[in-house]
Amino acid sequence: MQDSISNKVILSVSGLRKNFGTTEAVRGISFTISYGEMFGMVGPDGAGKTTTLKAVCGLLTPSEGQINLFGGKVIRSGKSTQRRIGYLSQRFSLYGDLSVDENLDFFARIHGRKDYKKDRTSLLEMTRLADFTTRPAEKLSGGMKQKLALACSLIHKPEILILDEPTTGVDPVSRRDFWMILSQLRQEGLTIIMSTPYLDEAERCDRVALFNKGTILKLDNPVRMKETCGFRVFEISTPVIREADDLIRSKFPFAPQLYGDRLHIIVEPGSKIPEQILHLLTENGIIVLSSGYITPSLENIFIKSTESEHAG
Amino acid sequence: MKESLNRVKIIVVKEFRHLFRDVRMLAVLTFFPVFLLLMFGYAVNFDVDKVPIGVYDNDKSELSRDLRSALTASGYFYESVQINSDEEIFAVINSNKAKCVIVLHENFSKDYYRGGEASLQYIINGTDGNSAGIIQNYLTSFTAGYSNRLRSEMLEANGLTEYIPVDFRPIFWYNPELKSTKFLIPGLMAMILIMICVITVALSIVREKERGTIEQLDVSPVLSYELLIGKTIPYILLSFLSGIFILLAGFVLFSVEVKGSYTLLFISTILFISASTSLGIFVSVISDTQQVAFSIATFASMLPAVLLSGFIFPLESTPAAVQVLSFITPAKYYIITLRAIILRGAGISAFWEQLLLLIAYTSLFLILADLVTKRKAMKQ
Repeated sequence: MQDSISNKVILSVSGLRKNFGTTEAVRGISFTISYGEMFGMVGPDGAGKTTTLKAVCGLLTPSEGQINLFGGKVIRSGKSTQRRIGYLSQRFSLYGDLSVDENLDFFARIHGRKDYKKDRTSLLEMTRLADFTTRPAEKLSGGMKQKLALACSLIHKPEILILDEPTTGVDPVSRRDFWMILSQLRQEGLTIIMSTPYLDEAERCDRVALFNKGTILKLDNPVRMKETCGFRVFEISTPVIREADDLIRSKFPFAPQLYGDRLHIIVEPGSKIPEQILHLLTENGIIVLSSGYITPSLENIFIKSTESEHAG
Repeated sequence: MKESLNRVKIIVVKEFRHLFRDVRMLAVLTFFPVFLLLMFGYAVNFDVDKVPIGVYDNDKSELSRDLRSALTASGYFYESVQINSDEEIFAVINSNKAKCVIVLHENFSKDYYRGGEASLQYIINGTDGNSAGIIQNYLTSFTAGYSNRLRSEMLEANGLTEYIPVDFRPIFWYNPELKSTKFLIPGLMAMILIMICVITVALSIVREKERGTIEQLDVSPVLSYELLIGKTIPYILLSFLSGIFILLAGFVLFSVEVKGSYTLLFISTILFISASTSLGIFVSVISDTQQVAFSIATFASMLPAVLLSGFIFPLESTPAAVQVLSFITPAKYYIITLRAIILRGAGISAFWEQLLLLIAYTSLFLILADLVTKRKAMKQ
């Protein structure tokens, strides 16, 4: 997938700040995206992902900083840039009383496309909506609505696709379908920038920016991010997870990350802490089903980064 | 330019689709004018007609019967109850069986034939001051007419010719029957048009904001003025249809015909719809939800159109402060224009100031809407 990424920059964000009154939604972030890249923005609600995407789309005016898209500066409502963007907003924003076909026709024609019928057919097939062309958009399921919204944002053949949490609230099957479509688009060379709260989705991107409180904590390829994170994750499985957690918290100056019946302890390479914890648990009669080092996940990295930020 | 027009056309088609699929909205837009027309044409009527009167005839003479017969022959009054005692008068008025009681005392005819003054008494229920005043005017007019007739007959019987130094003959122009419906129809047209324009335009634009579809349009080649024009055209056409319907219904049901120029009527209606639409656009700019937009649009359009436009209450008789306040509704200017064109058949010299005010009103609210939009955009 990396092969189709060009060295040419399609989007560059430099020192972007955005304030809403006294609230700083985005605090001076910078990044660039190359043609053909799939760029993920991950972070909790209020991290500044949507604000950044809207600023890139020319829907918001930056308080500071500059955004360049297709080699030109993005200005609010700059139509020459906007017509080259495919944008899918966070919430369903199509016309519920218009049918699938009518929504697609409207967005194609409003972009000045006349010869869109063939593309419409292929988009309907790709999104598996071909059997529902006459159904009003409001009568579609959540996943189908999002796929229709995606089709509408693609009907005018954009050069960059900007997706704001496209799979939030979508069922797992539709989510998988959605990702299959995105993978296909990615392979066809379309530049995709998306925000998501799901870290497993972010792992599929070429590069990921971890957002928190309006800043980018880390930005890299997900695999490289894991390799170079500078810590190891020691996983302990136990049937009495709460007791084990309380015990570790009482004896060590850090908190384990809890995942179901497993505890993740982030440690420096070569640290003796895992042995000390295992000893502590067995000494206190806590059964350990399994233990060992695992590859850090993006979630581990994200949590560690936010903790470091708090500590800093 | 061609591209721009094409985008407007696409938005107009989309808007018509929304309109025809929103059955509730369509029903409201269709039946609301009909309802108002019937209500104001038939139910809300300031004419005093077929007034029930109680008769307390103590004379029971040929003359008293003649007077009663003459009174009811006008069609304005009918005898609803016969009264036989003083106590009954109070009961009849109090129970609303009669709005007025005529008291003819026992010497009514004797006084007349003796050449003296035959007096009669009218007791009118004054609870509804407006109706009471009109009844009083009718009765005063009737009594004067009846008295003149008796005097003429008496002079004629004595071989004399009546001499009237000053003959009072009022002539009512434009509305000789003094039908209030003729006065109300132009106002009704203004009220219906302003409501359709302001409310539907405001709702249709805010709906895009509320549902987030405006964001999709923002990230498209559609310019904001194209969106506004595209979204308002269907409702402007609908308003025109309503206007034509009201004029036709006014002619068929209430014999209100357009005496003046249709061209002037068309131009003034265009200007009024523009003014109302600009108010609707302004409401849409300051509202973020359809609920808020509906409340503001209703408040901004209907209330001033009913209370401050001269639709029902003549503005000349209101306090100076209210007259100043009346400038906030374009309905005021349009109603003055409509009454001039429809009822009087007047030319543009009678109302050109109103047309200029409508243009000023349109410009003012479009500028305000633009300023608020820019201010909001700066905050975003």
